[in-house]
Amino acid sequence: MSLGSIPPKYKVSIDREQCMDCGRCIENCSYGTFRREGDKILIQSRKCTACLRCVSMCPRDAISLTENPVDYRSHPLWTREAREDIIKQARSGKIILAGMGNASNLPSIFDRLLLDACQVTNPSIDPLREPMELRTYIGKKPSKLEFKKTEAGDVELATKLSPNLKLETPIMIGHMSYGAISLNAHLSMAKAAKETGTFMGTGEGGLHRKLYPYQGNMIVQVASGRFGVNVDYLERGAAIEIKIGQGAKPGIGGHLPGEKVSAEVSRTRMIPLGSDAISPAPHHDIYSIEDLVQLVRSLKEATEWKKPVFVKIAAVHNVAAIAAGIARSSADAVVIDGSRGGTGAAPKVFRDHVGIPIEGAIASVDQKLREQGTRNEVSIIASGGMRNSADLAKSIALGADAVYIGTAALISMGCRVCGNCYRGLCPWGIATQRQDLVDRLDPEQGAMQVSNLIHAWTLELSELMGAAGINSIESMRGNRDRLRGYMLDEGILEVLDVKNAGA
Amino acid sequence: MCGIIGFIDKTKSTMDGSKIKAALSLMNERGSGDGAGYVAYGIYPDYADCYALHVFFDNMVEPKTKVDEILHRWGTVVHQEEIPTVEQPGLKRVHTPWRYFFKPFDDMIGGKVGSEKDIIKHIVMEVNSSINGALIFSSGKNMGVFKASGWPEEVADFYRIEDYEGYIWLAHNRYPTNSPGWWGGAHPFNLLDWSVVHNGEITSYGTNQRYVEGYGYKCTLLTDTEVVAYLFDLLGRQHELPTETVVKALAPPFWDEIDRMPPAEEELHRAIRLTYGSALMNGPFAIVVASNEGIVGFTDRIKLRPLVVGENGDKLYISSEESAMRVLDPEVKNVRTPRAGEPIIGRFNA
Amino acid sequence: MKTVTIDAKDMHYTPLNQKVRAAVADGAEEIILNNVLGQRFIGNGVRGNSRIIVNGVPGGDVCMFMSGPTCIVNGNAEHAPGNTMDKGMLVIHGSAGDAVAHGMRGGKVFVRNNIGYRGGIHMKQYEVEARPMLVVGGTAHSFLGEYMAGGLVLVLGIGQEKAMTDRGIGSGIHGGEIIIRGEVDDYLLGVGAKKFEFTEADLERTKPVIESFCEQFGLDPAPFLDTNYTRIAPASSRPFAGKYVWE
Repeated sequence: MSLGSIPPKYKVSIDREQCMDCGRCIENCSYGTFRREGDKILIQSRKCTACLRCVSMCPRDAISLTENPVDYRSHPLWTREAREDIIKQARSGKIILAGMGNASNLPSIFDRLLLDACQVTNPSIDPLREPMELRTYIGKKPSKLEFKKTEAGDVELATKLSPNLKLETPIMIGHMSYGAISLNAHLSMAKAAKETGTFMGTGEGGLHRKLYPYQGNMIVQVASGRFGVNVDYLERGAAIEIKIGQGAKPGIGGHLPGEKVSAEVSRTRMIPLGSDAISPAPHHDIYSIEDLVQLVRSLKEATEWKKPVFVKIAAVHNVAAIAAGIARSSADAVVIDGSRGGTGAAPKVFRDHVGIPIEGAIASVDQKLREQGTRNEVSIIASGGMRNSADLAKSIALGADAVYIGTAALISMGCRVCGNCYRGLCPWGIATQRQDLVDRLDPEQGAMQVSNLIHAWTLELSELMGAAGINSIESMRGNRDRLRGYMLDEGILEVLDVKNAGA
Repeated sequence: MCGIIGFIDKTKSTMDGSKIKAALSLMNERGSGDGAGYVAYGIYPDYADCYALHVFFDNMVEPKTKVDEILHRWGTVVHQEEIPTVEQPGLKRVHTPWRYFFKPFDDMIGGKVGSEKDIIKHIVMEVNSSINGALIFSSGKNMGVFKASGWPEEVADFYRIEDYEGYIWLAHNRYPTNSPGWWGGAHPFNLLDWSVVHNGEITSYGTNQRYVEGYGYKCTLLTDTEVVAYLFDLLGRQHELPTETVVKALAPPFWDEIDRMPPAEEELHRAIRLTYGSALMNGPFAIVVASNEGIVGFTDRIKLRPLVVGENGDKLYISSEESAMRVLDPEVKNVRTPRAGEPIIGRFNA
Repeated sequence: MKTVTIDAKDMHYTPLNQKVRAAVADGAEEIILNNVLGQRFIGNGVRGNSRIIVNGVPGGDVCMFMSGPTCIVNGNAEHAPGNTMDKGMLVIHGSAGDAVAHGMRGGKVFVRNNIGYRGGIHMKQYEVEARPMLVVGGTAHSFLGEYMAGGLVLVLGIGQEKAMTDRGIGSGIHGGEIIIRGEVDDYLLGVGAKKFEFTEADLERTKPVIESFCEQFGLDPAPFLDTNYTRIAPASSRPFAGKYVWE
């Protein structure tokens, strides 16, 4: 072929001095990088995805892995990536798909936002000693309370509260569908959500019957493909989420490749075995905001107005106005998924170039809702690339009620962000339906790891709040006064409504 | 660190300002000479049906012309004059304090402006956010704020505070930290009938500010206490919540306490926290708020600032320090420290 | 037979649906709704096997998420009747708007006259227990059976010179079948849809559906059993497999 091959991405080598020839690398690598020939383990580096399964399972630390073993002539514009993408497209004539979230190297706004702490003029609060309240209610709240007098002359509350989800921590686990990820991954996260007093999204792939025991902590998703959606499913969820868009690929749908549609996935999604599970770009019963209202209310009617209904949108340019429309739709929460949100697979050009970062989106949505007097109509759930408790704290200070974590939860189960989710061969048992691989993830162990992560972030958030002299999450929410920008330009600071460091 | 005092005589018998000056000065260790102020209710009986607008003017030409224009658009100025002052050696006169006795036109009420008070709120927000060199720092009926940068006795003498007779007095001795020591930043903060004195720092200021700004209030005074006056106006006047409920919104019980309450009470407190979470005030504070109905004092939920209460017959005293109350009334009785978040309410006898 | 009659005049849909649910819970076998005009979500998420008679013009999403009952609409229906329906039957004695039977996964939707755009879009089937069917007496507009992943769409073309004259039939279809009376021009087919010969065996399979439809509307099934049909089905169960290359 006149184009030849592109160089391998990784070079794997074994320190033969260290190697005890146990063969664990061969067993563990589902991509076939290692094989045995005679008494020697051979390596085919081109097959490596840098999932690091072999490295972490090698008892002798004998395996090393290097990125980009071959250098191109360096060029600031024609990067390796630019050149290789062209080669792939010249060869195939197709759209490039990629796994995991945005990989462009635009700077993170979170990293340039700094949190505040108390010195002298008010005391820091020690969360070990003093009360620290992270309890968060997600759902519609009245904008004011009304009271009435009873015949006995007592004053009682006249306002009726809408159903809300009660979270013990503002960290929720976002929607990743069964099908895209394994049942054991779902079970791990569901157990963790129950254990930590929070909620987990089902994603759009339905609710596997083994998750029924955790349904009280599950948010069932209704996406354009309507997979697994029927009235039982809606009733099982603690809340219902309509997925309009996703930060990793705003404006387009998705599809689960037929290879991943196993018997169980087929049954849970209620679709034919082995056929692609296609989610169209729009919901074909929603072509306008009033149609969204109709779907929100239809879901509410179907569940007799007992469940909060969320609407998830990708953070696009006009996100504030869209969220304002959603706030008037009877929905109870708006989920904003920023451009760094993860995905099993997305066209690379969308993943890296469409949508706006979550920081700006939270700020503008919160602002718009307050201007319109509808901030209490909906909770704001922020998602898309939440890496640590600092991102969480900053999201809340910008105005979010809670965050969804996705990739972070996967990493806590073993994922190394190799980005090959779509291949269905995940050696960590997460993004796969191959039973031998799925079995590698023990749901009990996985649940403990996900719980640990949520606990750890929750502890750190408490410490950050305590240091800022705040003992209740309500006082952190939208408290942009406790943020300062560092090396952010005036334009962004204005959108965020945050002062410069030192100001 | 600041010192605060509140006083109410429930029979509406008045007291002149000389004692309150002495009491506040006793707490000079709590201040820094960068700001002090007083508010008294019942001081303008001759203009009791007018809104008394106290304004700081930087000069009497441009800013005043603009304020006059706005007032004439919205109503009638019944009387206006410079607030009488006496130069003090240690007090630098930065502004000219002026007062208008103002009546809004009835026929301007409509749409978002639902009442006379909404007109006044609108005028205050417009002047304070858009006119350079003019600041309305007091806007209620039959009451007035007197404040400046300086020590309590200098500010009191500057305004001849002993000439005013009030049945409610609040006073404040300031030690500014997070915001500049300027006249507008001195306490009490006022909007309409609501006046606030505050000791401490509100760590939730950013959240509270965003919340009230959603309702048309504009935080222009560069300090956290301002927002308390607006929270009281929003919750107490606009949302018509009883004072006890306002305090429960600003300094609510903890969730574990709410969880242990009987169902109806649990629902009420949960509803308050869900609805008014953005109004919850965090950080250390002791606050006394006055209105034409009485006064209420309360502290933050974990009692990070001091507050002492005392009584003598129909007189109720609230202060940072007991000694200050004893200057006002050596016979003060039932001196106690309230629980965190517990509202101490003094209302006029029916 | 236990019958409950509800006058829906000027009633909002939430109380109306509450009454319907209450009647179902109370064991009503037939629920008659009179003076229906624009109320949305009638029969939404209702289970059981009662018979709901709608006299008037219901609003959008009639029988959405419905799981069991039979609903007879004596009038036209608006947007998305039978949306994401699970089980049961919806019979419309008139025409219907866009997105009829959208995302439907089981049960039957019979429309006597015509339907709008995107009928049967995203219908899907799981094994044999849940096979949705949409039968249209008249004709349908564009994008019929788009993204279909199972089930049956049947267009009889009653009173039409040609049963289908709108484009985009079966775009992205990857399961199920669309059967149209008479010939269908090639240019009307969407991407991924393919015409197949309609065999005797196909007619045998379809016959009960045709008979059931005719029974509902009091039509003679004979002319529909002695005629030509075109069968449109997926060219592949992986319509988009060739669109992408991996990073």
